[in-house]
Order: sequence, then C-alpha cells, then structure tokens
Amino acid sequence: MSGISEQSAKPAAHPVSDAVGWAWGMLGDVLDGPFRALQKHIGANKMAYVFLLPNLLVFGLFSFWPMILNFYIAFTGGQSVILAERPFVGLGNFRELLDCPSYLDPKTCPVAGFSFWTGIWNTLFFAVVQVPIMVVVALVTAIILNRDIRGRGFWRAVYFYPVMLSPVVVAVIWDWILKRRGILNALLEDATNGWNSLITTRPFAVASVFLIGFFAGHLFLKVLPARLKPLYETQFKPLMLAAGLAVVTAVMMLQGSSFSFDWLALPDYRPVNWLIDTRSGWPMFWVIFVYTWAHLGFYMLILLAGLQAIPKDLYEAAEMDGTPKSRAFWRITLPLLMPTMIVVLVLSLIRAFQVFDEVYVLTGGGPGQATKMIIQHVYESAFIGDAKRYGIAAASSVLVAGILLILTLIQLTATRKKAGG
Amino acid sequence: MSTLELKQVTKTFGATKVIHGIDLAINHGEFIVFVGPSGCGKSTLLRMIAGLEPVSTGAVEIDKAVVNDVPAAERGLAMVFQSYALYPHMSVRQNLSFGLENLKTPKPEIERRVAEAARMLRMEKLLERRPGQLSGGQRQRVAIGRAVVREPKIFLFDEPLSNLDAELRVQMRVEIGNLHQRLGNTMIYVTHDQVEAMTMADRIAVLKDGRLEQFGKPLDLYNRPANLFVAGFIGSPRMNFLSGKIAAVRNSSVDVALDAGGTVTVPCAADGALAGAPVKLGVRPEHIRLTDGKEADVKLSVTLTEQLGGESYLHGALSSDEALSVRLAGQTQVKRGDAVGLMLADPALRYLFNGETGKAFPPLA
Amino acid sequence: MITTTDVSSFLTRRRSPHGWHWTDWLSYAYLAVGVLLVLLPIFWMFMSSIKSPRALVENDPRLLPYEQLTIPAADGSRQLGVFIWTKPDGSKADVAFVGPRGANARVYELANPSEIIEVPRTALARKDIIQPRFENYTDPTIGSTQSRTFNFLRYFWNSTFVTVVATLLTLVVNAMAAFALSKYKFRGRDAMVIVIVSTLLIPPTVILVPLFMTVSKLGMLNSLWGVIIPAIATPTGVFLLRQYMLTIPDELLEAARMDGASEWKIFWRIMLPLSLPALSVLAILSVMWRWNDFMWPLIVLTQSEVFTLQLGLSTFKGELNDNMHYLLAMTVLTLLPVTLVFVFLQKHITTGIANTGLK
Repeated sequence: MSGISEQSAKPAAHPVSDAVGWAWGMLGDVLDGPFRALQKHIGANKMAYVFLLPNLLVFGLFSFWPMILNFYIAFTGGQSVILAERPFVGLGNFRELLDCPSYLDPKTCPVAGFSFWTGIWNTLFFAVVQVPIMVVVALVTAIILNRDIRGRGFWRAVYFYPVMLSPVVVAVIWDWILKRRGILNALLEDATNGWNSLITTRPFAVASVFLIGFFAGHLFLKVLPARLKPLYETQFKPLMLAAGLAVVTAVMMLQGSSFSFDWLALPDYRPVNWLIDTRSGWPMFWVIFVYTWAHLGFYMLILLAGLQAIPKDLYEAAEMDGTPKSRAFWRITLPLLMPTMIVVLVLSLIRAFQVFDEVYVLTGGGPGQATKMIIQHVYESAFIGDAKRYGIAAASSVLVAGILLILTLIQLTATRKKAGG
Repeated sequence: MSTLELKQVTKTFGATKVIHGIDLAINHGEFIVFVGPSGCGKSTLLRMIAGLEPVSTGAVEIDKAVVNDVPAAERGLAMVFQSYALYPHMSVRQNLSFGLENLKTPKPEIERRVAEAARMLRMEKLLERRPGQLSGGQRQRVAIGRAVVREPKIFLFDEPLSNLDAELRVQMRVEIGNLHQRLGNTMIYVTHDQVEAMTMADRIAVLKDGRLEQFGKPLDLYNRPANLFVAGFIGSPRMNFLSGKIAAVRNSSVDVALDAGGTVTVPCAADGALAGAPVKLGVRPEHIRLTDGKEADVKLSVTLTEQLGGESYLHGALSSDEALSVRLAGQTQVKRGDAVGLMLADPALRYLFNGETGKAFPPLA
Repeated sequence: MITTTDVSSFLTRRRSPHGWHWTDWLSYAYLAVGVLLVLLPIFWMFMSSIKSPRALVENDPRLLPYEQLTIPAADGSRQLGVFIWTKPDGSKADVAFVGPRGANARVYELANPSEIIEVPRTALARKDIIQPRFENYTDPTIGSTQSRTFNFLRYFWNSTFVTVVATLLTLVVNAMAAFALSKYKFRGRDAMVIVIVSTLLIPPTVILVPLFMTVSKLGMLNSLWGVIIPAIATPTGVFLLRQYMLTIPDELLEAARMDGASEWKIFWRIMLPLSLPALSVLAILSVMWRWNDFMWPLIVLTQSEVFTLQLGLSTFKGELNDNMHYLLAMTVLTLLPVTLVFVFLQKHITTGIANTGLK
C-alpha cells in the first residue's frame, strides 16, 4: 500500500481549504433542510426526479419547446413576436426561399431567397475550403508535436491559446491588422522598400555573385565528365569558384564598374484593402484564414490526444520487425488515428457550417454579400432592419437544421465506432 | 437488546430470483457469519438487512419491528464495506464524525466518541490523514472505527478482510473478535472463507444459490453437516466423497458397498432408505488412516504427496477413479506411484448422504 | 504552466545522441513560424495599445510607442513639433517647427528660442521619443464619465456577472441531473439520458427565433438573465459529469446512506467534492463559453447598459474607427482575464479538453 511510504505526508488540514470546506458544509446544511423534508415525504429513490427537475425545466423551455416552435413559426408570417398574432402562411416562407429558377444563381431568387442562397453558397465554399486546410494543418502540427519535441507543453499551449480568445477579440485584432492603413500593409510596404534599396548596395551585389558562383560551381560538378571530376574536386572547389567570382566583382566595383541588380526590384507596393476589396478573393481568403487561426489549436489538441493514445509498444514492435518509419506512419499511425480524424472532420464541418461571430464582426458579411454566411442570413432576417421576418428566419433554420442533423448523425455514428473499436 | 429476524425473505432482480425465502433468527450479542461461495446471495441478504436493497417479499424485523420500509439511514445499523468505502476527500476524523453529524449529535459527544474509537483501534495518530495516505490495514481499522462511533444496534461486515494480505487478515480477525467481546453488540459478518467463519462465528449460516443450507454453531456444522454441500464447504481440506450403494440396512447402521470396492458400515438411521439406493459416503481427510493388510477398506494409488513438515497430504485415485485426499500427522515415506491401503475413519466419523437429494442420513439419537 | 525548464531544455537538449536530424530542424522551424503567427498579432496589438492616436493613424510599424516630441509654443497657444536639424556642416541640433515657408521650414533652435530661422525641410528629421499612452486604458475605465465613449466598467461587470452566475448555475444544475442519471435506478432513466444527449443535435444557432420569442415572452429581453438562464442546462455538461460520476463507486454512497446522510447531503458532501476534476473541466468550459459568447447576447441585449464586453467591443469597433487607441486597449483588457486563466491553468485546460473532446 502506498500509504506506508507516505507516513510523513502532510496532514490533510489547511487553513484555506478548511475555510472553504466549512462554508461548503454550511451551505449544504442550509439547503439540506428542505431537501430532507422532501425526501421524507417522497422517499429516497424519488429524489432522483427532484435532482433532474431544474435541468429538465431549462432543457424543455429553452431547447425542446423552441425546437417545436421553430417548425410552427416557419409556417407563419408577419412581424409580431406574439404567436397568436402571427398569421398562418402555409408554405409561403419556404416558397420565398426555394422558389428560384436557379439555385446556383441567387440573383434569380426572391429577396429572401437571394439572401438565403448567397449564405448557403458562401458557407458551403467556406466549409469546403476551410475544413480540409485546417484539418491538414492541425494534423501536421499534431504529428510534429507528437515527435520527441522539447517543450511540447509550451508549443501546445501557444497553438491552443487563440481558441481561448473570443471571436470578437479575434476579429478586432485581425481587422486592425488588415485595414488599408494597417500593420500588414505597412509591413509589406516596408519589406518592398527594404528589398528595393537592398539590391542597389555593393555588399548585396558581392553576396549575390558569391551565391550564384557557388551554385554554378555545384551545377558544373554535376555535368562534368566523371574522368575530370577528381581534378576539379581537388583543384577547383565550388567554394573557390564562388569566392573568386566574388572577389573579382568586388575589385571591379571598386574600380568603378557598376553591377546592376535593378531587374530584381519589385514594383512599388500599393496597399491592398484586404477586407473591402470587392474585385478580389481577399475578403473570403482572410475570413478563412482568421477562422482557421482561431480554431486550429482545438483540433490540433484533439488529434494530438488521439496520436498519444496510440500505444508506444506498437511502434516498438514495428521497429523490431524492421518496419521503416514512413511505413509505420502509413500502416499504424494513420489507421489508428482514423476514428479521431473522422470526429475532427465532422465536428469542424458542423462548426464551419454555423460560422457567424468571427465573420460578422470582421467583415459584416461584406464587401457586398461576399462573405455573408447562412447564419448571418438567419440573424439578419429576424433581428436586423425594420422588417423582422421571423417566419423567413425560422424557415431558413429548419433547412439549416436539416443539413446539420445529417452532419451530426454522421458524427455520432463515427463516435460510436470509435468507442466501440 | 437488539435482535434480528428474517421471515421468508426473498429478493428478485428483474426476472431472476436470487434469494429464495430465508428464515433466520439472531439473538442479541451474537456473532453471526454468512458464508457461501460467491453468488450465493450472502451479500444481497446483508444489504437487505442494511436497507440498501429493498426486500421483495417477506419481512426483516429488528427488535420485533418490521423495518422493510425504513430507510437505511434510520435503521440504526452500521456497515463495514468490502472496499471500506472511506470518503477519500475527508480526513479520518471527518470520516468518523460524518455519520454522527448527520444524526445531529452534539459536538462534544462526537469528539468523545471519535477519541474513544481511535484509542480502541489504535489510530490516534492517523486522525488528520486522508484515506489515501493510509495502508490497507489502517484503512480497514478506520472503516471499522466509522461503524464503532455510531454505536449501532447491529454491525454489518461485508467481506471486510478480503482485500488484506494473509498475515493482516489473521491479525484483523483477532481484532474484530476482541471488538465483539468488548462491545457485546450483535454482528453479522459475510465471508466466502470458511476458515474465517469457523474461527469467528457464534453461529454460521451457510448459503447456496439463495437458500439457507444450514444454520448452527461452527462445530455442529463440522460434526453434523446437514447435507453434501455443507459437508464439503466446512472443513479444510475438503471432505472426500465416495459413491456407493446401500448393501444392507440394519437397526442402527447401514452397510454401504463402495464403487471403489469394499463395504463399510455407517452407524446412522436408515431413514427409509432401501438396499440398492445410491449414496455418498463422506470421510474427512484427517480421519483416514494408512494401513496395510487386510483391514484396508480401499486402495489408493498416490499421485501426489505434499510434505508440510508437521503434517503431510496424500492425493490419489481409487480403483473407481474417484479422487481422495488423506491428511497424515507428521512426515511420511509414501511416494508418488505407491499404492497404499486406507482405513476410512472410525465408524462414528463416517457420514452418509442420500445420493439423489444430498441430504445427510440422520445420526443415531 | 510554462516552466523555465521547459524552455531551457528545449534550447539546450537534443533529440538523440546522434545529433540533429534534418527533420528536427524542419519541425522546430515549422513550430517557430506557427508560434510567430499566433503570438505576433496579439503581441503587436498589445504593444500598439499604448501608442498615441496619431501613431496609430500614421500606421507606424515600430513596436515601441514612438511619437514626436512636442514643446509648447512661446505664447502657449499650441504645441510645436520638434525636429532634428542636420546643419550644412554636418552637425545636428534640435529645433522647434513654427511653420512652413515654401519648400523651407521656419524653425528655432531650442537652445535659442528667440531667433527664428529658415531651413530646408529635407534637412529636418522628426525627433521621436518613446511615450506610452496609458490613458488609452485609463480614459475608458476610470476616466471621467462624460468623456467615456466606452463604458468599460459597466460591460466588464455585466460580463463577469453573466460568466460567474451562469457557471455556478451550470455546475449545480448539471451536476444534480448527472447525479440522478448516474446513481439512481428509476423508470425512464435511460430514455432521459438519450433525450438529454440528443439535445446536442439542436445547435442554438438553428433555434434563434423561437428561443428569442420564448425569452421575450418571459420578459427576459435586455436582461442578463436572458443570457444566463437558457445557457445553464448544457447536454455537454450533463454528459461529461455523468460519465465521471459513473466511475465513483456506489459503495461510497451506500456508506453515506448508512451514515444517515440525506440524498441531498450525499450529493453535496460526497458526490460534488469527488467530482471535482470533471466539475473543474466544465467550469473552465463554461467560463470560456460565457465570457466569449457573442451571438445570443447580441440578440437578447440591445441596450448598451446591459451589454457584455463582447457586445460593447463589437459595437465600439463598428462605430468609431478613429478611436483605434481605445479599441485596442479595451481589446487587451477583454482578452486579459481569459489569458491569465489560461496561463495559470494551461495544463489543466488542454488536458481537460483533450480528454473530453468538447469545446
């Protein structure tokens, strides 16, 4: 028993924990009165229902009831929040959303349909691009962190840190970076100017010639007939070629010859309006980038946990069998990580489909409708502007819920497989 | 005075009946052991007495009052669990006083009782520790102490020693015995170990498959087992059973023709059995003697000898292929492969069981 | 915690006695780039939050809060910018800029304020000093109420109230349910578990409208309770706690029952303390959820006096682009609590989330 070796262990008592324990006990005793009386009345076993009650009340009122209500509202019109005052419009809302000559071109839809389909296509594009990129980067990061890396805890913590930040904070930070007069533009401008002035300096010319000489020397070595190779290697090393060329360049420059590397100059930097530029894909690019930046750490963590759950002795057994490392990766790591991968994929897909906060604060769905996501459509239909179209929002929700339900069911099946296997 | 009575108690889990109508009366101050193989229902029975498991039918009476519907908390009993079930987040002192606080016992009284229990169980120095900082034996004592401070009407022990090593177990057996001496309370103790049962109990209840096989003093169970099961369960090493048929029924004895050859006489009442009926002859290993020559009842081909120094065991097979063990005092020269003649105990130490029902033939009055 | 040994061992120790494999270099390079990508924006914002409004508008990419030195004009009517004048002979002097004249500038040497001279503008370079502007932080928080465009303390209190109350209620309500679902046998228990877990299938984003109507009907619009109450029963919490409570041996509860404890007392004194590991994971999750919550508060809370920090911040961002200095400072204050929690509980949080797979 471990206790024997812990004879000198500190006593359990501690002033702070004592005080907390005392307060805890007091609070429990105060609440004990009514509960004890109740227990006396209904019996110990029925107390289970008492313990369940608060939870079920909240669940019922704020999850189940709204879910049912949602279907009803989807079939009503008007702007009232009072159910009785909402006229029944049958499939009217759905017709407005779905009555398009072409879903691929939302402009052909009614107003609500335009907003809905724009959101759907944007969200779909977002999800289809963002999820694979994020999962791959998360996987690569997790695999690297699963190596025998020093300071793993530190790296893991830093990568995870953005997950803790609120979407609003994330959006404010990146908005500030991506403004026209923002840090990114300033950095790129400085870098361009720096490069353009660097290439006119003499040391740059000498260094460039040296490098060119070095690589040319190596290249020469490759194409040289084998018979001449020993001579070249002993007498005429690439390094010497490079150094020689560099010295010649330097001397010539001192004599007044001018070497021009102007052809390397970059055009003057013109600041980009990253988040507002309507003619480019930059806004969507940055939306995807920022969202990935903020959520990568979470999926990395899950994948890392999955990797670390793979028993080490499997790899040792593989090593005993003389299995190459790469083969062990493809035949052991990936198959055993597959259940976690599926969970991560589906979970990130579901989350991506519900993206709202970051994008809404970062771009507000703009420029125009370029980054307007489906949940923003629901939100704006119901809560923005003078016409509060709750019916449209509810009908859209029903359609989105259908998509999410399918994704969730896939996830549950995958999770069950993981638990079972 | 606290007495306990079980009246036709049954227990059903779903569709399976695990306790089949048990009657039992326990007097004040008795040390009762429920013993039986795992799955026999002894723990369930104890938990029903404790109030942790509702009684399906029948009645549990404490001090002549039916307590079927009294919650565990109000029956005035205390229980020592197999896993000790010490509250891991509380110090030993808090573990001991938790129950008393629930009963709104005055503080000085709690302190007095905790101090007394700690002294009695020699754990004064452990009071501020957490259970995780204690050894197995210390935890065991705390668990007992938690029951002691409650000053319960009846102590219930659910296999309390099964997690200890052999040496500690013997020591704790003695301590629990002393505790019973000192407190004089009624105690009910569940175990699967017949040695514990024999050494500790005033009376033993042997259970099997939810039925009470026999209830009595330890030596009565040893000397007069009611059936094959009790005969086989009580006593170590196990009693040998040899198949045979009744050869002749006399006034005060029965002659049995063994399958292994030979005929032995067992003094008992025939109980209506007729010649030719199948029977089992029971002989304890310690009652068998080696012999050579004609007085041997059976011949044993020895397959294994165990020499323990002070005593020896022979294991082997009879001509009927039945296994048989013999305990000999001292050391022996018999080796594996030897064939030895055996005399199957004094007639008074032979037991005869009905081959079909397993019931013992009643001894002569 | 990020310990110093972590860092130093990373710097000094090698992966294997055989030295560095090229994949090691690649790994560390990859990690370092990633860390820069994560930390640089936040660090930069942190550094910029003490810059002057002008430095922010000028988009000065230097990390430190440089700004031009100014001195009051002789008549005290205005501030004059200070420049470094490189004289034709190469020596330098500090001058105060009075005004332009053509391509030249009228300045006076600080050493000789009475004599105004004309110098070519190309000979002037700004004299910058490091001047942290802590008023970016103090103005919106403890500055006078009238000048306050961003009611930080009010938002902070609202956010704290929502976070603390919602987390406490979440813990108690979900732990009670988990206790009932893990330690009692009653009719319909398994069905109940399925029902509760299946609410995981209803993401709050798709029931916005009916939820809004329900909350509005209950009179909780523009009330912090409208944010708190719907959030306290989370299927995630019930599930997580129940899984943990299932591992607590029943014998402990039975021992407590024999000890005369009521069911409530068993819950309060035995179950809750023993579930502390799971409770703390849920507490961290809940704090994160509630503190960072945006969409639901955005719908329920429309009046600025009940805004949470996130709402205040996003509104502030939308309204006042020229108040970047305040916005950055307030952003830092908003992420500070979460960051502090993370720094101190980092190990706990990452292992807790990795083990439960929930966010």
